[in-house]
Amino acid sequence: MAGAFTPAEELVRLDQVSVRLDGREVLRSVSLVIGPGEFIGLIGPNGAGKTTIIRAILGLVPISRGSLVIEGGTRRRRDRSFGYVPQKLVIDPDAPLRVRDVVSLGLDGHRLGFPLPSRARRELIRETLASVGADRYADARIGELSGGEQQRVLIAHALIARPRLLLLDEPLANLDLRSEQSVVSLLARLVREQRISVLISAHDMNPLVPVMDRIVYVAGGRAASGRAEEVVRSDVLTELYGHHVDVIRVHDRILVVASPGVEEHTTTQPAELSVIGRAGA
Amino acid sequence: MFTGLMTDTWIAATIVAIIAGAVGFFTVLRGSAFAAHAIPNGAFAGAAGAWLIGLNPIIGLATFAVGASLAIASSRRARLDVVTALALVMMLGLGAFFFALSNEYASEIYSLLFGEVFGVAGSDLLPIAGLGLITIAILTLLFRPLLLSSSMPEVAEASGVRSRWMNVVFLLVMALATTLTVPVVGTLLMFSLMIGPAAAARSLTSRPLLAMAMSVGLALLTVWAGIAIAYESGWPLGFFVGTGGALVYVAARLWAGQRRPARRGHRWPPHDGPRREQPQTTS
Ligand SMILES: Nc1ncnc2c1ncn2[C@@H]1O[C@H](COP(=O)(O)OP(=O)(O)O)[C@@H](O)[C@H]1O
Ligand SMILES: [Mg+2]
Repeated sequence: MAGAFTPAEELVRLDQVSVRLDGREVLRSVSLVIGPGEFIGLIGPNGAGKTTIIRAILGLVPISRGSLVIEGGTRRRRDRSFGYVPQKLVIDPDAPLRVRDVVSLGLDGHRLGFPLPSRARRELIRETLASVGADRYADARIGELSGGEQQRVLIAHALIARPRLLLLDEPLANLDLRSEQSVVSLLARLVREQRISVLISAHDMNPLVPVMDRIVYVAGGRAASGRAEEVVRSDVLTELYGHHVDVIRVHDRILVVASPGVEEHTTTQPAELSVIGRAGA
Repeated sequence: MFTGLMTDTWIAATIVAIIAGAVGFFTVLRGSAFAAHAIPNGAFAGAAGAWLIGLNPIIGLATFAVGASLAIASSRRARLDVVTALALVMMLGLGAFFFALSNEYASEIYSLLFGEVFGVAGSDLLPIAGLGLITIAILTLLFRPLLLSSSMPEVAEASGVRSRWMNVVFLLVMALATTLTVPVVGTLLMFSLMIGPAAAARSLTSRPLLAMAMSVGLALLTVWAGIAIAYESGWPLGFFVGTGGALVYVAARLWAGQRRPARRGHRWPPHDGPRREQPQTTS
C-alpha cells in the first residue's frame, strides 16, 4: 500500500516514528501513509498509542526518532489543512457558546479581533452544519447537546476550514448504536463526496469494517497497516502484541482475543484486549 | 451624591466594573474562579511588603499579582487547584510576616481589602483609565482565540492556538486587572465583581459576545447600585457589592430555569439513548 500514491500526493507519511513521553517510549517505529480520499481506521486497545499517533501527526507531540512528512514536505506541520476532533471532549453545559459559534470558530478562531458578521459567513456556517446533519440545532447551546450531536458539531467545526484530512480520536466511544452508525455513515459520505481523507481511531473495529479502506492496528506502541484482511490475522497481531492472540469471526463480527494462558504475563492489558470487538456488545 | 468629589468615585467605579465584567467573562468560561480569588488576595500581601520597605504599595501589588499569575500558569491542569492554593497560602503567609515586622497600624494597606472607592482622587483616574484601556484592548484582540481555547483547549491546539500561551496571557491580564481594580474596590469586591455578573450573564444568553456585554452590564449595575445605596445608607459598600453579585447570579439562574425548558422543549435529550454494554474507554 505504500506505493499506491506518489510522494507528492501523500498527505501524511510516518517513517519509523518513535515518540517518548515522560521518558517512556510510547510509540516504537510506527510507519504509516495517508493518501487522498482514504478512510483509515486506527484500531487498538486502550493505551496502545492511538491518541499519540494522532497528536504526532498534528505536531502536538515531538517525535524522538524517525520522520514525519506532511503533504510531501510542502507544508509546515502546524497547519490548518488538517481537521481534528479530540477524544473525550468535555464542554461546560453552561458555556455561552451556540452550535453556530463553535462552527464559526473553526473558520477563523485563531484570528485576532471579533468576527465580522456577513451573509456569506452565515450561509457557509449553515451549509456546513447541514452537511453533517446538525442544522436543526444551530442555535442550541453546545454543552446541552448529546454526545452524538456534539460529535457532529465538532466535525462541522473541523470541516468548515476545508481540511484535506480529518483526524478523529475515538468519536464512537460513548455513543449509542444508532448515533454510532450515523456518524460512521456521515464520515463515509464526506470521504466520497468531498474527497477528504479520514483517520479515525477506535478500540472496536467492527463499526468501521464496512467503510474503511485500510486499517492501522496499534498495540503496545507498535503499528501494522494494510487492508483489514492483511492485518487482522492471528499471525500479524500475535507479532504486534508480542504474545499469542486469536482472531475470531462470528456473525460478521471480528473478535481479537488473548489466549487464556497468556493473560497473566502480558504487557498489554488483557482485560482491555478482550474488549476489542467484544461479542454481543 | 452626584456632585464634587463623588464624580471621581463614579468614574473610577465605572472603569472597574467594565474591567471586572469583561475579565470575569473569560474567568468563568475558563473555570478560573479560584485564580481570580488567589491573585488579588495574594497580591494584597505584596502591597504590605512594599509599604514596609517604603515603596508605593501599588508596586508590591503588581509584583505579587504577576508572580502569582506566573506560578499558576506554570502548573499543569491536573495540579492547578493545588498550585493555586499553595501560591495563595504562601503569599498570605508573607503578608502576615510583613505585618508582624511593622508596629504601626497600616490603615493604608488594610484599606486595600475593601478599597477606597469613596476616596478616589482625580489624579488616580488617568492611570486607572490607561490600564483599563490596555486590558480591554488585549481582550478584544484575543477574543476569538481565548474563546476557543477557554471552551475547547484540545480543539484550539489543532488550529494553532497555543492553549498554554493563552493561559499565561489570560492570567497576566488578570494580574493587570488586579493592579488596576484592587486600590479602588479592594480585593474582595474585585473578586465578587468578576464572578457574579459573568456567571449570571451566561445563564441569560448563549451568545458569547452578548454574554460578555451582559457581564459588563451587570457588573456596572451592581457597582452603581452598591455605591448609591452605600452612600445614602452609610453602610459598607462591600456588603452591597458582595451580596449584590451573588443575588444577580441567583436571580439569573431562577429566570433561566423558568425559561429554558419551555424554549427548548424536548427536542434535545440531555444524553444519548441507551448506552451499549461496553466498558467506557477513558484513556
Ligand atoms: N503525557 C504522557 N506522558 C507519559 N505517558 C503517556 C502520556 N500520554 C500518554 N502516555 C502513555 O502512552 C500510552 C499510549 O497512550 P495513548 O496514545 O493515549 O493511547 P490510546 O489513545 O491508544 O488509548 C499509554 O500507555 C499512556 O499511558
Ligand atoms: Mg486515546
